[in-house]
Amino acid sequence: MRGEIALPRPIAEFPWRVVIPLTLLVAFGAAVLHSAAGGSFSPYADSHLLRFGVFLVMALVMSYFPEDWVRMIAIPGYVAVLLLLIAVEAVGQLGGGSQRWLELGFMRLQPSELMKPGIVLIVAAFFHSLPAAMIGSWRALLVPLGLIAMPMGLVLLQPDLGTSLAIGFGGIVVMFLAGIPQKWFIGGGVAAVFAIPLAYFFVLQPYQQQRVLTFLDPASDPQGSGYHIIQSKIAIGSGGLFGKGFGEGSQSQLNYLPEPHTDFVFATMSEEWGLIGGLFVLLVFGIVLRWGLIVAREAKTRFARLLAGGLTATMFFYVAVNLMMVMGLAPVVGIPLPFMSHGGSSMMTNMICVGGLMMVERWNRRATASGL
Amino acid sequence: MDRKLTSNTLKQTFERRSFVVGSIQGGIGLLLAARMGYIAVAENEKYEMEAESNRVNLTLIPPRRGWILDRNGSPLASNRADFRVDIIPERLEDPDATVEVLGNLLGFSEPEKADLRDRLENSAGFAAVPVANGLDYEKFAAVSVRIPELPGVIPQRGYSRFYPTGPSVGHLIGYVGAPSREEYEEDPQPLLLTPGFKLGKDGIEKQFEQRLRGEPGARRVEVTASGRIVRDLETRDDVQGDPVQLTIDGPLQDYAARRIGLESGSVVVMDCLTGDLLCMASMPSFDPNSFSDGIGRVEYSMLSESERVPLRNKVLQGLYPPGSTVKPTVGMALLAAGVDPDETVYCGGGLQVGNRRFGCWNRSGHGPVDLAKGIYQSCDVYFYAMAQRTGMWPIAETCRRYGMQEQFDLPVVSQFYGTVPDPDWKMEKYGREWQAFDTVNATIGQGYMLASPLQLAVMASRLATSNQVMPRLLLDGQAPSFQPMGVSAEYKAYIRQAMSDVVNGPGTAGRARLPVDDVLMAGKTGTAQVVGLNLSDGRSGPWRFRDHGLFIFFAPYDNPRYAGAVVIEHGGGSGAAYPVARDVMTFLFDPQKGLDALHALERQWGGTAQQRLDAQYAAYAAAAGVDLPPAPPPVTLAEQVDAEARAAYEGPQQADDRVFTPRDEANPRAEGTTT
Repeated sequence: MRGEIALPRPIAEFPWRVVIPLTLLVAFGAAVLHSAAGGSFSPYADSHLLRFGVFLVMALVMSYFPEDWVRMIAIPGYVAVLLLLIAVEAVGQLGGGSQRWLELGFMRLQPSELMKPGIVLIVAAFFHSLPAAMIGSWRALLVPLGLIAMPMGLVLLQPDLGTSLAIGFGGIVVMFLAGIPQKWFIGGGVAAVFAIPLAYFFVLQPYQQQRVLTFLDPASDPQGSGYHIIQSKIAIGSGGLFGKGFGEGSQSQLNYLPEPHTDFVFATMSEEWGLIGGLFVLLVFGIVLRWGLIVAREAKTRFARLLAGGLTATMFFYVAVNLMMVMGLAPVVGIPLPFMSHGGSSMMTNMICVGGLMMVERWNRRATASGL
Repeated sequence: MDRKLTSNTLKQTFERRSFVVGSIQGGIGLLLAARMGYIAVAENEKYEMEAESNRVNLTLIPPRRGWILDRNGSPLASNRADFRVDIIPERLEDPDATVEVLGNLLGFSEPEKADLRDRLENSAGFAAVPVANGLDYEKFAAVSVRIPELPGVIPQRGYSRFYPTGPSVGHLIGYVGAPSREEYEEDPQPLLLTPGFKLGKDGIEKQFEQRLRGEPGARRVEVTASGRIVRDLETRDDVQGDPVQLTIDGPLQDYAARRIGLESGSVVVMDCLTGDLLCMASMPSFDPNSFSDGIGRVEYSMLSESERVPLRNKVLQGLYPPGSTVKPTVGMALLAAGVDPDETVYCGGGLQVGNRRFGCWNRSGHGPVDLAKGIYQSCDVYFYAMAQRTGMWPIAETCRRYGMQEQFDLPVVSQFYGTVPDPDWKMEKYGREWQAFDTVNATIGQGYMLASPLQLAVMASRLATSNQVMPRLLLDGQAPSFQPMGVSAEYKAYIRQAMSDVVNGPGTAGRARLPVDDVLMAGKTGTAQVVGLNLSDGRSGPWRFRDHGLFIFFAPYDNPRYAGAVVIEHGGGSGAAYPVARDVMTFLFDPQKGLDALHALERQWGGTAQQRLDAQYAAYAAAAGVDLPPAPPPVTLAEQVDAEARAAYEGPQQADDRVFTPRDEANPRAEGTTT
């Protein structure tokens, strides 16, 4: 431990454990995007790296926010994002079509992205303020469900099933971690079994229904919706152990793979880097998510614990659903792979999650220090 | 709630549950790693193959078809480099819109668009359907630039079959076309699905399909998902099919076909020393060049509606009563049966046999007639009288030995063999006894007797040489030797002289004399009556009631080299046939003189056969509009034509008891014959 003592405090406290693996992953992602653009830094790889730099600074700034302050902005923040979602809906209605973003001039803001960390924050804040004795009460169940249902409904209207599910998942995991009785989850699971067929027929859009059907049997429509899954599996499978080599992937280079730079970036990567590349990506995600859970378990306050746990779950949801999709284990839902897919919104959301976790890690260190 | 919940117990719950969440996350991570390992390692081979079949596109290059050559090595069928457009039906997204856009780009008329839609509907889906060939560069480029919005449409450079003499060789050579679904099922090779590949549908093209086809080339290319070619990986050139050399004399074939002119008929010319078929012209015909993209409905309607059956090869599938052309052969039969050629029969314009009277075509009678006069004046009474003496059997057998009812070993799709009636045949077919009038009818080539123009030409060769000449269509460089027929030199010369006198002496075809010095043509006229005297006088009135005109010939008469037959359907008598034979033979011996005669005639007729066919097509298409039934596919078409031809020569259902009354066959006085 001597070496660590010798280091100046800002350097010693810098979250190396997450920034180094993340940087490696983003750099790898940039290499894959370079190849997906046909061997060119623009338009994907350069903006990918730039965004990572900008949002990393934002995350580091975030990590200095004090806990009281964060708890205080939970409610106004939630209300503000909710209002933005309503505004998106209203603009969309006026514009005569569905819309997911607000044009701010310098960037396109997707409020639904902000809601992913937002929902974790508000639910965590709610349970923090709820007296411990009331955890088994109806209030502990219904208030968070209401908080989750409102943004989910608004996002579904856009319609954006993937983001809506991500919001739901983040909120539910926080409720689970908060300790509400297990019977609610068992009951909820049973209800879900009945709700899924209803949702399939009444909530899903026809194109989404088609995707579910195709997921169950991709060969039924090899030229239509099944095409994505089939081509993605061909890309991953033909990569083999070591891949076809950088820039040599025929599936992505010759446009057989749809969306090679966004949703199916993992297939693009696997074709050229093989199983080795895939295991590297899984390993980095493993390191980052494990770090997130450790931060949560070491947190001193109930709010910090729930916040860290929820943010980790949100990132996990992205990774798991995207990878299952590209490997043919889940239907095609438009969810990008964090830190590798090209796209500002996804980078922003995930870096907010990382920034939140770094913030909780700093709170933990302060508490330990003052405790001593 | 009795259990006391504190923040401490909640923290323990969190510890427990975060462990559950972490385990689930780790579990899913392991699942993903295992799944990826399975796809990338265990199933690697399968997916590598699929990626490869995505990336590499193998296209076959249709082989260039072997040429069909005439005896001098000039092409009767060759290949022409051209721009073409095909459609792969199963790759079409919106067939109707594509046909519309493509039709407009290529300047199609409405019936042509309808044809294309039919062909698309009836295709196998994966096989290429030809849209157009022989395009000029502008049209080809106009289609090429719109390829992104026309999936399934394939413009390419290739070769198309070219028949320099068009309709003249239509029946003989046949034509090529895209393989039909049935043809693919019979021979399921990928080549048959290749855009631009054609196979022989009729005639020589069909008979020698395997020899003419050649070996396809192949091109492996790397393509993008949208089908754009990135680069060539490997190209193997095609191997052109082997040529087929025929005994046909191309210019003579073309000349004969054009000389038939507005009539419907056929001309066969043979080399009577080798049996080489120099010309087998059958007109009217179709243009095989325009059939190679499929037979359009306008064209099919026009050809199938014509009473002159342009879809039938009349040389092989036309059967006609030979009429008086059979008389030299009957003469040979009489000589063989011991009849003295100098013995005369008095012709008073008819002959009483039993209680019936058989008329001679010359009602006023020929006076005393010997065999030579019987031939050159075509006296019916002489043959009536002599045939009564020998009976039918020797005559029927001689007719068969001279080629009638014979099927020849020729590479043709179908040939009809006609009828030589005899007592057994009549008993078997009609269950009736042979009667004296049956013999009388048969000796002058009427009644049940039927022969094809090819058989008549063979008959002429055998009469000329007294050898068992066999016709052949393939040139193999060997000179065949024929069995002699067992005719004495004296009788051979006698019949030759009698047939020469038909043309050069006091005979029935004085106008057939060749305008060539030192070459005398021998021949025999024939008029085949189609209906009785009560329906038509045989020369005017409805076309289908008029007499067929026939002429068999050989030249030079004393040392025969060429022999042949001309049949003009419903030409109104032999006067329609022998001028054709005269001009064709003139062309053989003096091409320029022959051409001068033809050009003068074509000026009256309104152009060459090709020009008239094109004009007829344009007029028909303009009159017909869109409401025409679609054309049948080529295979069905060939069967249909065959069946129609057979039905046309089925012969009477009942035995014919009528006595045949010959009409004025030819009027020597009107011919300006000089003796």
